[in-house]
Amino acid sequence: MYRYDTVDRTLVRERVAQFRDQTRRFLDGEMSDDEFRHLRLRNGLYIQTHAPMLRVAIPYGLLSSHQLRTLASIARRYDRGYGHFTTRQNLQYNWPRLEQVPDILAELAEVEMHAIQTSGNCIRNTTSDHLAGVAADELEDPRPWCEIIRQWSTFHPEFTYLPRKFKIAVTGSPDQDRAATLVHDIGVHIVQGADGERGFRILAGGGLGRTPVIGQVIREFLPRRHLLSYLEAVLRVYNREGRRDNIHKARIKILVRALGIEEFTRRVESEWLLIRDGRLELEESAVERMRGFFRPPAYRHLPDIDPAAGKHAAFRAWYRYNTVAHRVSGYRAVYVSLKKPDVAPGDATDAQLDLVADLADRYAFGEARVTHTQNLVLADVEQGEAFELWRALDEAGLATPNIGTLTDIICCPGLDFCSLANAGSIDVAKLINDRFDDYDYMYDLGEIEIKMSGCMNACGHHHIGNIGILGVDKSGEEWYQITIGGAAGARAALGSVIGPSVPKHEVAESIARLLEVYVDHRRDDERFVDTVRRLGVKPFKDRVYAATAAA
Amino acid sequence: MPRRLLRDGALVADDWHVPSDAELRDDEALIVTFAEWQADRERWLARSGRLGVMLAPADEVERLVPDLARLDLAGADFPGPSEGRGYTQGRLLRERFGFAGELRARGAIRRDQVFFLARCGFNSFELPDSELEGAVAALATFSAAYQPSNDLGLRAKLVRP
Repeated sequence: MYRYDTVDRTLVRERVAQFRDQTRRFLDGEMSDDEFRHLRLRNGLYIQTHAPMLRVAIPYGLLSSHQLRTLASIARRYDRGYGHFTTRQNLQYNWPRLEQVPDILAELAEVEMHAIQTSGNCIRNTTSDHLAGVAADELEDPRPWCEIIRQWSTFHPEFTYLPRKFKIAVTGSPDQDRAATLVHDIGVHIVQGADGERGFRILAGGGLGRTPVIGQVIREFLPRRHLLSYLEAVLRVYNREGRRDNIHKARIKILVRALGIEEFTRRVESEWLLIRDGRLELEESAVERMRGFFRPPAYRHLPDIDPAAGKHAAFRAWYRYNTVAHRVSGYRAVYVSLKKPDVAPGDATDAQLDLVADLADRYAFGEARVTHTQNLVLADVEQGEAFELWRALDEAGLATPNIGTLTDIICCPGLDFCSLANAGSIDVAKLINDRFDDYDYMYDLGEIEIKMSGCMNACGHHHIGNIGILGVDKSGEEWYQITIGGAAGARAALGSVIGPSVPKHEVAESIARLLEVYVDHRRDDERFVDTVRRLGVKPFKDRVYAATAAA
Repeated sequence: MPRRLLRDGALVADDWHVPSDAELRDDEALIVTFAEWQADRERWLARSGRLGVMLAPADEVERLVPDLARLDLAGADFPGPSEGRGYTQGRLLRERFGFAGELRARGAIRRDQVFFLARCGFNSFELPDSELEGAVAALATFSAAYQPSNDLGLRAKLVRP
């Protein structure tokens, strides 16, 4: 993985000093709430329902065991012994004390981490594929490009006060797209050009939130040396022309829609023509140097084996659902499930973080990744060691065999923590887990994604859930709007609302009815989302509300 | 007593005036807004003193370019703390259009913005008096940078050699 040089190290330390001074000035009354808000937000610090919330950047989701231990130690000493992994591959602490945040940042800086630009109207953490470098379907490892983008976007002087937040995602497997690039402000796809040259397809204007939009291609092929100048051109057009009069119309997707994709693209291209041969042009040697940080680890030459053969059912289920193919024979990528039924999705305790660090050292070359579905991945595990690894994970409650299934729910912190939320989401996840505790039924349903947000800001990506759940406030009560047919990935789609929202106690029952319709009508191995695509919303809607009317 | 401002890293007396200043002499340096400039261009050009024009966030830099050679000062107004268009205006004035005069930032800016503003080419900052000393130090907040901009002296990692 990328290691800091003296420039990186100097910059994060200087950031700590800057933020320490800003915090002191605020606490001493030299700065107003509003002035401090703009500054703390650019450093990932929110003031939440109960306490400040600090969001730590995990660039493209990649962590060393050393960093995991520091995250665990901070959770233990400054928080209440746990952290929450987010859909943007970051980690949030829910209970730090404001006056201690500079100390937390100082400890993070020592392990090459920070909270820079994890909130605020600036370029956020660049996200990517959690199987980067190990996926068999990958054209090229996206992480060197992610790091190049991370550096370019960090403290970019021109784009620190954008109209609204700005999110970039990169994938080296555009046909699978595990990074949800189609719902980002900019999606970057590594592609092969007509003459075999590698480059990028650039998408813009995607996003969730109040107005969900699937991104559109603005350039089919960008030679790779021009990546940064092209991003700079997009950002410059957005910074100049994006709306600032209405926070709900300030994202780039609104600008793209207002101008039309052709006119938007024309403006980007004409800006780019003026800067593309300038100092942002990337030299091949610089890219090669960056690639050096992401070379494959020292794999052993091993044959593929089936470690599940002859083992008991629990291990077989786990191996089938929580591990995936690796590009190198003899290896598997292993999901560490953070979706235990009685735990908030994405939460991990300090002890669990320490354990994952130890297991990463023992079985996975000392590295782990965060997925945008709020699980962890040990990407390079020898198949022959999977059983031992499973036993250790299982003992720690990290082996719930549900990856990609109904209870692998994506979920924002909701009303329990977030001051923006209209409704709870963690407790609804629990209700769903309570209702669907039969693993045979869950496995029979196959691949299905439930995504849930406590408000229309859509941190839980509900629009692109096969089943999406959105918390709404109805005269002080928590109700939930349900959508179906949404999807992430290369065929990303926005879900359709099935009808009026339902009260909290009916959410799990409504989902049960949706699943009944699926089971009744599915063909062969058809997935839930494909059945919805084939049948449309009506039969699902009829079943959910007919039952209510009858009751 | 003239107001103090931060210019080229030092606190100096502001030698520029605005149209509402009392007893303005014809040979005194005058800053007008771009709107005022457009409305009364000939009148301003007829003055003997130096001229400066401040852009509002929505003003297109390109429309000021034909007059840049006549100006000793250009700049951007920041009406609110979340306004960011001026950063692009600054870079374009310096880097694209080669403006070499005083580039001023004015409005809802504090010491916490001057580092990035300086990287965007601004060399003069109107700040509340209580911010001035801190702003001098804030110009050195970071000793390196990742991306090229038009500031000199910072080691920038992503710049072509």
